[in-house]
Amino acid sequence: MSKIFKGTKPSRRSFLRGALAGGGALAGGAAWADADPAIVEKQPWNQYLGDGVDARPYGVPSKFEEHVRRQDVPWLTADPISSVNFTPLHELDGIITPNGLCFERHHAGIAEVDPAQHRLMINGLVDRPLVFTMQDLMRFPRENHVYFLECAANSGMEWAGAQLNGCQFTHGMIHNVMYTGVPLRLLLAEAGVKTEGKWIMVEGADASGMNRSIPMEKALDDCMIAFKMNGEALRPEQGYPVRLVVPGWEGNMWVKWIRRIEVGDKPWHAREETSKYTDLLPDGQARRFTWEMDAKSVITNPSPQAPITHGPGHTVLTGVAWSGRGTIPRVDVTLDGGINWQPARMSGPSFDKSMHRFYFDFDWDGKPLLLQSRAHDSTGYVQPTKDQLRAIRGENSIYHNNGIQTWAVNEQGVAENVEIS
Amino acid sequence: MSRFLRVSVIAAIGFGQGAVAQDTLGLGRDALPEEVAAWDIDVRPDGLGLPVGSGDVYTGEEVFVAKCASCHGDFGEAVGRWPVLAGGQGSLQNRDPVKTIGSYWPYLSTVYDYVNRAMPFGESQSLEPDEIYAITAYLLYLNDMVDEDFTLDNENFTEIEMPNAGNFFMDDRAEVEMPIFSAEACMANCKDSVEITMHASVLDVTPQTQDDDAAPAAEPTPVEEAVATVDPALIAAGESVFRQCKACHQVGDGATNRTGPQLNDLVGRTIGGIDGFRYSRGFADAAEAGDVWNDENLAAFLANPRDAMPGTKMSFRGLGDAEDIAAVLAYISQFSE
Repeated sequence: MSKIFKGTKPSRRSFLRGALAGGGALAGGAAWADADPAIVEKQPWNQYLGDGVDARPYGVPSKFEEHVRRQDVPWLTADPISSVNFTPLHELDGIITPNGLCFERHHAGIAEVDPAQHRLMINGLVDRPLVFTMQDLMRFPRENHVYFLECAANSGMEWAGAQLNGCQFTHGMIHNVMYTGVPLRLLLAEAGVKTEGKWIMVEGADASGMNRSIPMEKALDDCMIAFKMNGEALRPEQGYPVRLVVPGWEGNMWVKWIRRIEVGDKPWHAREETSKYTDLLPDGQARRFTWEMDAKSVITNPSPQAPITHGPGHTVLTGVAWSGRGTIPRVDVTLDGGINWQPARMSGPSFDKSMHRFYFDFDWDGKPLLLQSRAHDSTGYVQPTKDQLRAIRGENSIYHNNGIQTWAVNEQGVAENVEIS
Repeated sequence: MSRFLRVSVIAAIGFGQGAVAQDTLGLGRDALPEEVAAWDIDVRPDGLGLPVGSGDVYTGEEVFVAKCASCHGDFGEAVGRWPVLAGGQGSLQNRDPVKTIGSYWPYLSTVYDYVNRAMPFGESQSLEPDEIYAITAYLLYLNDMVDEDFTLDNENFTEIEMPNAGNFFMDDRAEVEMPIFSAEACMANCKDSVEITMHASVLDVTPQTQDDDAAPAAEPTPVEEAVATVDPALIAAGESVFRQCKACHQVGDGATNRTGPQLNDLVGRTIGGIDGFRYSRGFADAAEAGDVWNDENLAAFLANPRDAMPGTKMSFRGLGDAEDIAAVLAYISQFSE
């Protein structure tokens, strides 16, 4: 193996962070021998002036957070232009993914679309084929919704067993964003869907011309044409100036840079719903149109990229959970590899088809841990183990791996991606 | 559409939220027929959207080798991790199934639709219908589905049945999995013991962390004074032209060989001289002869790669415009010592 692929060990930075945090290992009443220089010595920022309000017209994170970034896995794809990078879930909290950290998946690179030259066309089985400018779209009644977008291939590298060391890589093809946009049903009503119109095909303006078929029932239910994410314009890599939002369904359908919607009586069987995004089963048959994302969760801290650096004592375990079929009223956590489970504490807003945040605060005795989380969604579905999934789907279905993730934590607090019996 | 119908459509889609019937908002404008024609390129399994045209296997091979083979291989066997397009029949139940057009794809229309909209990579929507029919015919030939004298056209297109078409079925997770995965969850004493059965660290395929990356920080390539005299507008234009190249070639800081060799220090470099890159015969011969790239032979190569270097694997038709050639050379020349 070349050095690019070397295993992730706790980074120098995380050790440094542990050292800086200082007192953790001494908790429980141990006294400091010497006064803390962070207190008794002056820091530059205590004395000197900082930048003025004209220095950072578009703010960026602190220089101490520069390690928080999307990252790709070079061996996964032939080329970085048609590829994917991953959200650093282990560095985030709450439920909203910051715009600059939302994972990217492009099939022909980032299209830099001029909004003044962008058009959205509706054609096919409609009474009036229509063209909208961005200005036209902004004149429709708007709605705001928080939804997760998960790539169907998220965790796809883990079907045959534990492979990547870090929740960024095992679970980072997901983001959770508040979208502002127009319900798709309003646009379709404007064109007038003919009674035989049962499907739509959505198509992007980029050089891949990404296209997918969506049943009319979903199109009229909760799909949106969105132009804002977390309050600001979509980022180019997320489809600026306008993308489709297909709540709860696999990310590939959320066509970016959307330029056309065709209404038809049958699905199109485009490349991304035949060659790709179909789930091959052990008997050689394949499921098609596996749109919904099953309930899933992952512990983001501790995890391989975010080891426990403070030693034994009070420990915050946290993670995220989501379901394409509703909300997540409950997540269970185990510290012993699934022998005993305890309910985690949910915190933050619980929106339909949105990411949820859970915490489990415990007193770590410094002994090895086998950590897992198990999501329950509002339909009563319980996140299965990987072996339960494999019993039905084998190891070659690539997509929709929502199995329970295990992190093994050793006495030093170092976490690793493992599979357990 | 009559007002009555429009109102009823809106009412029907109100989803029980006490939707109030309303008229349309009068936003947008009618799409002109020629506008719809310009964008409505999709093709469906029933033949909807197929343009008039035809292409045979022989022509398809020529087009494929010229425009597709640099990534997909002359016979659809693929280069590197680019998609394999042929073979794999009977492998779908194997440990490592080979999912190709012949072994997996359920509909031939998908080939036409995808090639038309997204290929060649980096030069989408540049193929004529006859070329796409020919490529599609060649792909059928590579998958042993037609003979070498076969011609595909819009008339016989829908008669082609794909061997794996019957092996797809509608998502049945709701029936097959939901009942199993909706059982009461065990909370205590759920198993007797637990063993670790697999460690990710054994595979050792996790990318470096950012911290580790930071060490060999790449210095920006200094722009030589000689280059500084080149018109910045020309370099900018060249950067734009280079977009057609960068699917296969990298240039600049940290450039590595991809489908094509990296292009740093190109002018003055031995032709075919990058160690470890698999050149075609003509380049290997040039390297042996010690030939060196200069502005002149680069311009000739870029104008018509296959004429300038017969047998080159570079599937690029060439830059027709001398200004584009000058611009892209100015752009590439920035990345020279």
